[in-house]
Amino acid sequence: MTRILAVDDSPSMRKMVAFTLSGAGYQVVEAVDGIDAYEKAVNQTFDLVLTDQNMPRLDGLGLTRKLREHPQFKTVPILMLTTESSDLMKQAGRAAGATGWLVKPFDPTRLLEVIKKVIC
Amino acid sequence: MSEMHQESSGSGDSFDLSQFYQIFFEEAGENLDLMEQMLLNLNLEAADDEELNGIFRCAHSVKGGAATFGFADVAELTHQMESLLDRLRRHELQPNPQMVDVLLESADVSRGLLARHQAGGAGDPLPTADLVRRISLLASGGMLTPEPAPLVQSDSQSKVLGATQKLTNASAPSGVAPAERSLAISIGPMDKPEQADAILELFRDIAGLGKIVASTSDREDTRVFAVETTSSDEDLLDLFEFHISRELVKIQTVPETGAVTPGDGQELSESSAIHAGLTSYADDPPPGAPLAPLPGFGFFDGSPGAPAAGATVVQPAAEQKTAVANPAARAAAPAAQTEAATIRVAISKVDQLINLVGELVITQAMLAQNSRALDPAVYQQMLVGLADLDRNTRDLQESVMSIRMIPMSIVFSRFPRMLRDLAGKLGKKVDFITQGEATELDKGLVEKITDPLTHLVRNSCDHGIEMPADRLAAGKPETGTITLSAAHQGGSIVIEVRDDGRGMSREKILNKARERGLSVSDQMPDSEVWQLIFAPGFSTAEVVTDVSGRGVGMDVVKRNITALNGTVEIDSAEGFGMKVSVRLPLTLAIMDGMSVGIGNEVYLLPLSSVIESFQVDANAVNTVGQGAQLVKVREEYMPVIEMEKLFQVPRFSAEKCNSIMVVIEADGSRVALLVDELLGQQQVVVKNLESNYRKVPNVSGATILGDGKVALILDTAALVRRSRH
Repeated sequence: MTRILAVDDSPSMRKMVAFTLSGAGYQVVEAVDGIDAYEKAVNQTFDLVLTDQNMPRLDGLGLTRKLREHPQFKTVPILMLTTESSDLMKQAGRAAGATGWLVKPFDPTRLLEVIKKVIC
Repeated sequence: MSEMHQESSGSGDSFDLSQFYQIFFEEAGENLDLMEQMLLNLNLEAADDEELNGIFRCAHSVKGGAATFGFADVAELTHQMESLLDRLRRHELQPNPQMVDVLLESADVSRGLLARHQAGGAGDPLPTADLVRRISLLASGGMLTPEPAPLVQSDSQSKVLGATQKLTNASAPSGVAPAERSLAISIGPMDKPEQADAILELFRDIAGLGKIVASTSDREDTRVFAVETTSSDEDLLDLFEFHISRELVKIQTVPETGAVTPGDGQELSESSAIHAGLTSYADDPPPGAPLAPLPGFGFFDGSPGAPAAGATVVQPAAEQKTAVANPAARAAAPAAQTEAATIRVAISKVDQLINLVGELVITQAMLAQNSRALDPAVYQQMLVGLADLDRNTRDLQESVMSIRMIPMSIVFSRFPRMLRDLAGKLGKKVDFITQGEATELDKGLVEKITDPLTHLVRNSCDHGIEMPADRLAAGKPETGTITLSAAHQGGSIVIEVRDDGRGMSREKILNKARERGLSVSDQMPDSEVWQLIFAPGFSTAEVVTDVSGRGVGMDVVKRNITALNGTVEIDSAEGFGMKVSVRLPLTLAIMDGMSVGIGNEVYLLPLSSVIESFQVDANAVNTVGQGAQLVKVREEYMPVIEMEKLFQVPRFSAEKCNSIMVVIEADGSRVALLVDELLGQQQVVVKNLESNYRKVPNVSGATILGDGKVALILDTAALVRRSRH
């Protein structure tokens, strides 16, 4: 079973993502911010991390950087869900070690398509 | 695994997002409330980064959700708010009161828009275009000459002023009526011409800016757009400057039969952009491109898990997956428990639960009562079980009741905004302090206490706090303070509204009371004098204060609070301020009662209003005119109410005689109730009599006793009022 960590401070987004993914047969663990996500991430294994950028305590970039430092997450794909599609943001995402980005808003179908491209 | 995915994408079209609407509405409401609160607390001179980020995040979350769930109007408005806030948090702009005003207004409008969506789109659509334009102009910075309006200045005035100013700035500089112009705008040369596409977003985001169409360019490093707009070149450049440096932009006016026609370009719409993103992805991004310049999504080449390098990169990921599969299985369990700190439950479910627990408590009491007759030697085990049941039932009841408890901050949070607006309107300066926001109170009470509290806080600001000049003249700080506090005291909650305003004048109240023919004396203690302002219709204009009355509608406040089994007390010192304390029971659903017997009937008195009880000495009771009786208790006469007569309780046996009096206090007065016997004290679950039967005079509710019988709960306030007539 493919396990995905979905990180977003907004409950509605989180539920939407979780519902979409679990409906597609993925096992989803939700986290409410970067700190929560990191704690969950290092205690379990995931095949993919989907993270929002703007969150309290620790944002998506920070989470990505932290995860990349952890041996377990050197190669796990990390997708940033962001409303900021600016080049600056993309460069920052790349520098932090993210695998790619997906601009919000997105619909569930699109989310699944993108995820399929990352998880084989 | 791949099959599963196949299936999932096939069913993807039928996703129904409406099931998440409710969560989103609640979440958006919370975010907007939080944002409002933070905006009000924002220190404009030295805005804290953390605060600005927090405010930004609220707008950001609402926008993200609104866009995802397809509420375009909300998304558009919050997007503008977000843009402004983004510049603020990056310190590209300095926050000013106008921004706060516009943001607060936007939050209100967003709430309205959301409410409309929540109601299924019923009602007239709210116009947002003007607001959107105002925010975006503020966000573009420099367009507005920011004149920091002091809080005392009328909000609406400054807003109108600001708006007209902005509009005139936005129109053509020559001052002529703005005419639609066709422009050809070329941007370049640039290393990354994609950056120029940002101005497409500008046109999409700013309603009324005009139309833009991407046009074909003969140079790779230059982008060309056909634009139709009423804005001046200068305004456009100001807006563009955000994304592209001014020197790169060339604006040319195109004659009506312009060479640049929309057909040349590709109309930019949300859906086509998305399609473009997806299809061009399928075409494979140009190899070696540093960042895939596609809208929607993309992957970084060579980054872990990127599909472009799938064969090499994903492989280690898969290996690692298996290598750590075992620890994962062990760790899965503890993760699940921290997932959600709160759940949202319909209030009807909670009420149902409370009702059921109430029934359980009654059943338990019934069992306890019946078991008393049992021989402990024979039924020892059963009695132990019943004792456990007793304890567990109480614990259960307590826990269930606590579900309905919500913090006072829910009520308090509405006041800063209200006071800010009110103080602005009145030209006063007011600081608002809240204490004990975490104090919890039953949800039902919270809803009912909101209006009276609003009235009290309004009064304090309106009539209590003086004008800044008067305050300075009186040697007080220019800014007045209104403090709202909540605290638990025993089984009740005490909410206080304090102000350091002008206070009330004892003499003026007494004079007014005499004018109105109320019986007062100069020897009355202060507390009783202050209570006079609760008298119905006690118009205190020119009485309490020189300018305006305090206590307008105070009788309504008092009545509302009394209806909740609460009390109101006032303390005031002329020139120094006033304090109104509201004392409320923690919950309306459970009451400590004293049961009294009258004939064969059992009645309940709220224990909180019982002062004392005593055996009656026939000599102490005097009958005065019209058969009214007075009892002398410690050299003080008190009216007596014969409960037997009041409720016309049938009496079957002659030998039983009225012998006990219970003194109750309500509304600051005491009466003695003549009853047959005191039966005991118990916690009772209050049932509404009105909704189950009808309103009965002198009765506030009913309960079910341990033996299954219904007993009426006496309305002490009504009894005291009755004794006055």
